[in-house]
Amino acid sequence: MTKAIEAHGLTKRFGKTQALAGIDLEVDEGRVLGVLGPNGAGKTTAVRILATLLRPDEGTARVAGHDVVREPKEVRRAIGLTGQYASVDEDLTGLQNLVMIGRLLGLDRRAARARADELLTEFDLVDAGGRTSKTYSGGMRRRLDLAASLIGRPSVVYLDEPTTGLDPAKRDDVWDMVRVLVKQGTTVLLTTQYLEEADALAEEITVIDHGRVIAHDTPQGLKRQVGGQTLEVRVAHPADLATAQQVLARVGTREPEVIGGDLVSVPVSGDAVLPATVQALASEGVPVVEFSLRLPSLDEVFYSLTGQRGQGGASGPASGSASAGSASTSSLESASSNEGEAV
Amino acid sequence: MRDSLILAQRSVTKMFRKPEQFLDVTLQPIIMTVLFVFIFGGAIAGDTSNYLPFVLPGIIVQTVMFTSLTIGVNLNTDIEKGVFDRFRSLPIARSAPLFGAVLGDIVRHAIAVGVTLLFGVLIGFRFHTDPLSAVGGILLMVLFAVCLCWVSVFIGMVARTSGAVQGLSFLITFPLTFGSSTFVPASTLPSWLQGWVAINPVTHVIEALRGLLSGQHYMAAGSSLGTELLWVLGWCVALVAIFFPLAMWAYRRKV
Repeated sequence: MTKAIEAHGLTKRFGKTQALAGIDLEVDEGRVLGVLGPNGAGKTTAVRILATLLRPDEGTARVAGHDVVREPKEVRRAIGLTGQYASVDEDLTGLQNLVMIGRLLGLDRRAARARADELLTEFDLVDAGGRTSKTYSGGMRRRLDLAASLIGRPSVVYLDEPTTGLDPAKRDDVWDMVRVLVKQGTTVLLTTQYLEEADALAEEITVIDHGRVIAHDTPQGLKRQVGGQTLEVRVAHPADLATAQQVLARVGTREPEVIGGDLVSVPVSGDAVLPATVQALASEGVPVVEFSLRLPSLDEVFYSLTGQRGQGGASGPASGSASAGSASTSSLESASSNEGEAV
Repeated sequence: MRDSLILAQRSVTKMFRKPEQFLDVTLQPIIMTVLFVFIFGGAIAGDTSNYLPFVLPGIIVQTVMFTSLTIGVNLNTDIEKGVFDRFRSLPIARSAPLFGAVLGDIVRHAIAVGVTLLFGVLIGFRFHTDPLSAVGGILLMVLFAVCLCWVSVFIGMVARTSGAVQGLSFLITFPLTFGSSTFVPASTLPSWLQGWVAINPVTHVIEALRGLLSGQHYMAAGSSLGTELLWVLGWCVALVAIFFPLAMWAYRRKV
């Protein structure tokens, strides 16, 4: 299969900060690669190099068959970029933004207008098309930004943290749009801080940290590597805790853990155990107020891959001795938030 | 070139969408004119009708200087907000957004000159020269503004924030406008200051514009229109020769 993106040994240094320390990325045509990592891991730097906005210090990268350093213009013709912060012109209307970019891509006035109308319809922005994008909500702005990057029907699209800061409903909207894109045969490179997002959209995931690739696998493989999903049950009456613990011990891959006075948590290997657990709890007569199956947080992924707590990209190992004790703290903290930014 | 024009259209559209951005090219020259003509005019020139033909070209030049120095602020904001990233991911010339902004600003310069002249005429200013000279004067102002704006582009590229760009621009504008014959004849200044006034490009721009709009009578004694025009063109060339490469260098480094 042809590679849409092929990068080898990319390095980039900003002053004292080594943003990239030798990164390899490969994406087959028409596939979705998720680049997963905390803030400051080098995700955005990598995207900026692949989008010809930055030159790498070392290494080579080819996008759609063209070298990003030697043939930037050919690369730009093939790509669409949606930045971490929506880069639309706030003082122009949605329509004006799209028409302007269409014209810059070489369309004449009428063709640019037609393409803009098409995209406004596709992204559900027809009513808002005449308003300045300053008045748009975060989700609308993100959609306009995505629309703007698709005007030239690019074969490769970069989505740099496309859902950061969006509420879950808006996030699902963006996910649906990405899926449509992929169905049309577009190659997508998606950066994200959320394993859940990479799992939902990507066929392969590259995990980076401190400017290095620390893992590359399918979502399934990655989850296996980091211990699959976590099943959590919160019982209505603390008296049932012991019973719930016994039930979960039968489905889990480890001994269940009791968190607080009413929550039992256990790692499981797949979601097939879900119905069995529900049934078992029901037949034991244990009323449950909360029942959830969740992916490990980014924090837990990093913990499993590196033996160190992910610290949002800040340098320096948090604790040299990774004991079982700190592992349980990790899941305790992450149980309250799925953000991967515990502490 | 086509891309620059499309991007120039963008800045003009933005301009009309933000009327408050027009205050510096409309209200500000009107206030300056009222202030200097009616408040200081009597004291400086004996009576206001004598002062108006002298000071109006000065106020036009001052206004154009302010407007040509705002481009750095706008560019800095654009880059900060990531709009330039979008442009740079498109297959257009890297410098097109920069040229687009400079071209789009010509509309602002023209409005600045037009509003000030119109207001001047309303309060009694009359052209003492032929129409051709008047048109020449307006074109000269736009040319000067386009050459001067590269200073601002350069500042906009090297300063960290748009606020810093604004501060630096004012720092440059004040000695240039007040240390010239904008408001008072240079002959009334102490001799050490006259030395600066004599080489200050703004002095020559103002003298040339006085010659073109109000006539030789209102120019400094001993100066001729031809010489002043040469000075202005010389300064335009010098500004572009120095600041255009610097601005382009800083731009390429920044984005």
